Amino acid sequence: MPVSPPIAVDRLVKIYKTIPAVDGISFELAPGSVTGLLGGNGAGKTTTIATIMGLTTPTSGRVTVLGADMPRQRYRVLQRMNFESPYVAMPMRLTVRQNLTVFGMLYGVPDLAQRIEELAGQLDLTDLLDRQTGRLSDGQKTRVSLAKALINSPELLLLDEPTASLDPDTADWIRAHIENYRRARNATMLIASHNMNEVERLCERVIIMKRGRIEDDDTPARLLARYGRQTLEEVFLDVARGRGIEREAAQ
Amino acid sequence: MTARTESAFDYSPRRAAAMMLRYWYLLRSSWPRLLDLVYWPTVQMITWGFLQYYIMQNAGFFARAGGTFIGAVLLWDILFRGQLGFSVSFMEEMWARNIANLMMSPLRPLEFISALMVMSIVRLAIGVIPVTLLALAFFGFNLYGLGFALVAFFINLMLTSWAVGVFVSGLVLRNGLGAENLAWSIMFLFLPLTCVYYPVTTLPVWLQPVAWMLPPTYVFEGMRTLLIQNVFRPDLMIDALLLNAVFFAAGVFAFLKLLQSARRHGSLMQAGE
Repeated sequence: MPVSPPIAVDRLVKIYKTIPAVDGISFELAPGSVTGLLGGNGAGKTTTIATIMGLTTPTSGRVTVLGADMPRQRYRVLQRMNFESPYVAMPMRLTVRQNLTVFGMLYGVPDLAQRIEELAGQLDLTDLLDRQTGRLSDGQKTRVSLAKALINSPELLLLDEPTASLDPDTADWIRAHIENYRRARNATMLIASHNMNEVERLCERVIIMKRGRIEDDDTPARLLARYGRQTLEEVFLDVARGRGIEREAAQ
Repeated sequence: MTARTESAFDYSPRRAAAMMLRYWYLLRSSWPRLLDLVYWPTVQMITWGFLQYYIMQNAGFFARAGGTFIGAVLLWDILFRGQLGFSVSFMEEMWARNIANLMMSPLRPLEFISALMVMSIVRLAIGVIPVTLLALAFFGFNLYGLGFALVAFFINLMLTSWAVGVFVSGLVLRNGLGAENLAWSIMFLFLPLTCVYYPVTTLPVWLQPVAWMLPPTYVFEGMRTLLIQNVFRPDLMIDALLLNAVFFAAGVFAFLKLLQSARRHGSLMQAGE
């Protein structure tokens, strides 16, 4: 029996009223891969991720996750995936331990108390477990959100700007932990980000979106070579400002 | 991990319990929330209690109808606070920007709804039980003296409150917190129509069929019959129960449809105003 790709997006279209947020994109992710989803504001990244998570219904096209058609068959696979975003919060009045307990129960995590202690140790949350989540700093909250995203040891992890608004030291710490988790679990990851350093460090493949479409899709090294640039940030700017197309036309 | 299931109608008591635990943690952590549960029922009961006390001293009919005002206030509070307890627990998720976390977890809609139902009873118990004791102490009105009738009244009122609560929660899910005011105000539409403080015959004839389409009307009529004539009317309770079954099924159906619509419109990721 052939193994389904962790994520397969096939001619996905999402139109809000009359505005196309995603306009016919297709891609597949290989098991254990880390892919960056880049694009400016309104490029369609969040809609793409929301559709993959089953939070939004496609207007047309198809999204399958771990072999399940989303959102129709989402309950087959939601237990095997998870998600983290700075735009979605954890209940502020609950302590870190209470939040992780609730989500652990929702995901049916066995030996939950032990799993919480283990995650707290890995994410340096042990001293914060009995503090209210709302009283933590942004960096600490991000670590708690990451702990929630890892509570069920997901084989598919979706991260929406995982280090947004963090100081460089904390952001680096979070990236290191994401890398470690991916290695240990051989998890597949899709990371939407505006941070090019982050994408260069974590991702072996980059999908660049603009106005709901995929403008480019390759490894960071090949993108740099194709655009004749030193950094992904320059490549991103070329794509955002339409210079990539001009370059190719000139060549 | 537990066994994988795929239907939206599977039910896991563990997941429902997780949500109840979440709301219990929240209630425990916030004394203003607890105070708010008791504050308004107490103010209402005291105000109406004194009014009834005054009327009883001045009117023969009301002297016979002793307890109907306080009884109506307490039963109305069960209806209103039951719906509010349901809707507020739901809106806590919207205020906390936690709804996307829940909607992409394995939590099923019916598990979510059942957790909200249980929490509405918990919140109601915290708010109304102390007030019923105050009613007994201040005005000699013993709500528990209604006996089995109270159980029938309570079940019917709670079913209506859940039906309205689940419908309002669906509206908030679909339209964002802009629809929040409905949660606070929608039940007041029931106040004149369900004849909380007066008999159905007080309404214009053309409006009376509308009143009889609402389950709480049967409860308040039943309460007055019991307190004034000392007669319990099981037929009224059965009619209310049948109507409530329709109301509750319609509320859950509307919630599922509004959730579907929220997925189409991308409201679950935004979940703000």
